[in-house]
Amino acid sequence: MHELANVDLTSAAGWLPLFFALIMAVSMLAYVILDGYDLGVGILLRETANLDQKDMMIASIGPFWDANETWLVLGVGVLLVAFPSAHGVILGALYLPVALMLLGLTLRGVAFDFRVKAKTYHRPRWDRAFFAGSLIASWAQGFMLGQLITGFRQDGPGLLFAALIGLCLISAYRLLGAGWLIMKSEGELQRKAVGWAMSSLWLTAAGVLAISIATPWISPEIFDKWFKFPNVLMLLPIPAVTLGLFGVMVRSIRRLPVRLEQGNQYGAEVPFTCTVGIFLLSFYGLAYSLFPWLVVDQLTIWKAASSTEALTVIFYGVVVVFPVIVGYTIFAYRIFWGKTRALSY
Amino acid sequence: MESLDPVLLARIQFAANITFHILFPTISISMGWFLLFFKSRFVATGQQHWMDAYQFWIKMFALTFVLGVVSGITMSFQFGTNWPGFMNAVGNVAGPLLAYEVLTAFFLEATMLGIMLFGRGRVSERTHTIATLLVAIGTTMSAFWILALNSWMHTPAGFEMIDGQAHVTSWFEVIFNPSFPYRFSHMMIASALTGSFFLAGISAYRWLQGDRGRDVMATLRTGVFVAATLIPVQFVVGDSHALNTLEYQPAKIAAMEGIWETQGSVPAIVFAWPDAKTQSNLYEIAIPHLASLYLTHSWSGEVKGIKDFGDKHPPVAPIFWAFRVMVGVGVLMMAVSWWTALQLRRKKDVSDLNARVLVAMTFAGWVALVAGWYVTEIGRQPWIVYGVLTTAQAASKVPASNIAITLVMYLTMYAALLASYVSVVFYLARKAGSHQTDEHAGSPQPPGLGMGQQPAGLRNA
Repeated sequence: MHELANVDLTSAAGWLPLFFALIMAVSMLAYVILDGYDLGVGILLRETANLDQKDMMIASIGPFWDANETWLVLGVGVLLVAFPSAHGVILGALYLPVALMLLGLTLRGVAFDFRVKAKTYHRPRWDRAFFAGSLIASWAQGFMLGQLITGFRQDGPGLLFAALIGLCLISAYRLLGAGWLIMKSEGELQRKAVGWAMSSLWLTAAGVLAISIATPWISPEIFDKWFKFPNVLMLLPIPAVTLGLFGVMVRSIRRLPVRLEQGNQYGAEVPFTCTVGIFLLSFYGLAYSLFPWLVVDQLTIWKAASSTEALTVIFYGVVVVFPVIVGYTIFAYRIFWGKTRALSY
Repeated sequence: MESLDPVLLARIQFAANITFHILFPTISISMGWFLLFFKSRFVATGQQHWMDAYQFWIKMFALTFVLGVVSGITMSFQFGTNWPGFMNAVGNVAGPLLAYEVLTAFFLEATMLGIMLFGRGRVSERTHTIATLLVAIGTTMSAFWILALNSWMHTPAGFEMIDGQAHVTSWFEVIFNPSFPYRFSHMMIASALTGSFFLAGISAYRWLQGDRGRDVMATLRTGVFVAATLIPVQFVVGDSHALNTLEYQPAKIAAMEGIWETQGSVPAIVFAWPDAKTQSNLYEIAIPHLASLYLTHSWSGEVKGIKDFGDKHPPVAPIFWAFRVMVGVGVLMMAVSWWTALQLRRKKDVSDLNARVLVAMTFAGWVALVAGWYVTEIGRQPWIVYGVLTTAQAASKVPASNIAITLVMYLTMYAALLASYVSVVFYLARKAGSHQTDEHAGSPQPPGLGMGQQPAGLRNA
């Protein structure tokens, strides 16, 4: 990999961009998984007509969604402050889908609060806004992912591919949301969620497959990274484990209805855990393909990086504060651990 | 779309987003501290009405906070999409400041908010109070970092330019740049005033609905007395801020005062119609010597006029007017809060008229705040970083049509959200006083108690 050849990782100018690329990747991954499940719950909101179940669905994400979204701000923030020129190129190319995503995120964020505070007869309207906002934001994110993979191809096939990835991401978030609900709810809602998980499986799998097939063709270099010997052997566990996780999940989803009928909660966290595993592996595969490019064949993380002095200043902040953030995030999840109870304040 | 100027469109879009955004943090920064005050009064005295106040106002806080969060996410994208040149030139300064805002403030407030809102009963009372404190600290920290950056854009310091890029020489000078102490105090007090008028306005609205329990009277008093105390302080701080501006951005002061010619014995213009074409004021009503007095603290002190700044000066009329709106609303807020405070001292209650005026002024703080922001931000033009980088240099190459489409989308959404926010705020205030709605049908409330006569302890939603 020639673009890595003249990078000296022992110098600050060499390892700092790497460090920030890692922080950005972790933030984006945290965002996709954490906001993914609450976007998924939003997408599922219209699947039930029962108002109590709707309330319970929303209550299951209530204490978390705001902090979940903050990971997006951190991810984009790191892109902005550590790789400013890439921020300009990427978000300039994605100007309209970004605006669409922001519209969706805004709608669902406010709908979450308005639905319980506005007049009762306005509530269905805010529920629709919550659903629509979640759907729009998810699709827009998938579209952006598709665009990123193709190196921002704006022609017919490029846009079509991105649009399809948008649909697949909706399904993947739906799966994540269903898994979250299986884990966090009980009774009829939980049994319904098992069905929702089942119906989200296939499109999610299709999405993972489409990205896996498309990514190596972006550039010959990425193709070589995957299929050259011995890389191909070392990388084989990624698709193999992904496939295995899908298998475990299908088996679990098939067995859950009977078990839940008997009041047995054993295995209720399996679908969610497997989905998170699939997200992790897909993300890893994608990161492996794209690294060290931020914009494929244009900008590497070193070329796009801010000055070493600015990165150093932020580095100290990250080293001190990041573990604290992780600490109190875990603290918050522990407080609301277990099956969801009704929320009120 | 060729006739549309992309720089102007980008500015309008950014201004629309930031104007919408700033409304909500302004309330939630001070509201966080008000909530902490209510909570600690409850803990200290055990009086239930302080907890009732807390539980009513936390709803307002949550709603306000959420609108701040979602509009803030938009901002984090628009820094790069609308002003890529900004990060390229001064990213070494702006980047770390923004990063520290996210790291030290956003996560703290977002995570602790979940515990603050939903954690009562799951964590100890003490932990819950600490979560409330951390939310208040988080919102204030956020303001600290973003105002440090904003102030630096007005009075840049602690850096050197090498090959068109700013490199920091002293972080202390960057953060505590010359206008920062003034801007930060001015903004914090503005937040307290906006919050206290919101508090007083909504409480007065509940009072008018016949909902006059101890909690309503307590929040009404809190709002009125905080406002009455802080407004004079704000005038002093605002005046010092203006003197600081006169030193570092004299063109802004000239525009605020409507001074075209450099002159001594400058009159204070009460009303005029600044005309950019003829570079003079029409229909001027002025008080002789006054501007010299408050700007230079001398009877005949000289002040530089707009004409002496060549083409590097901001447009006069919007700044001139916005400044008068800000000061006018400020004076009105002072009159109303003092009048109400006096009534509360004398009669331990407000009058009908008094309450109505307070309701009308619920969002008065917003008007003064936005007008003030326009003065300072338009007053920085044509610079994005004063004396370092112009707004046009920082603008993006995004096609004007894309900006126009998204601008329309944002404006529509913001108008709808603002209308929803205001109507839901008043709806919540009505609902708090009437326990006959469906949601409260099952609450343990003795029959026969009408509006506004319930014991305060039953007021929990």
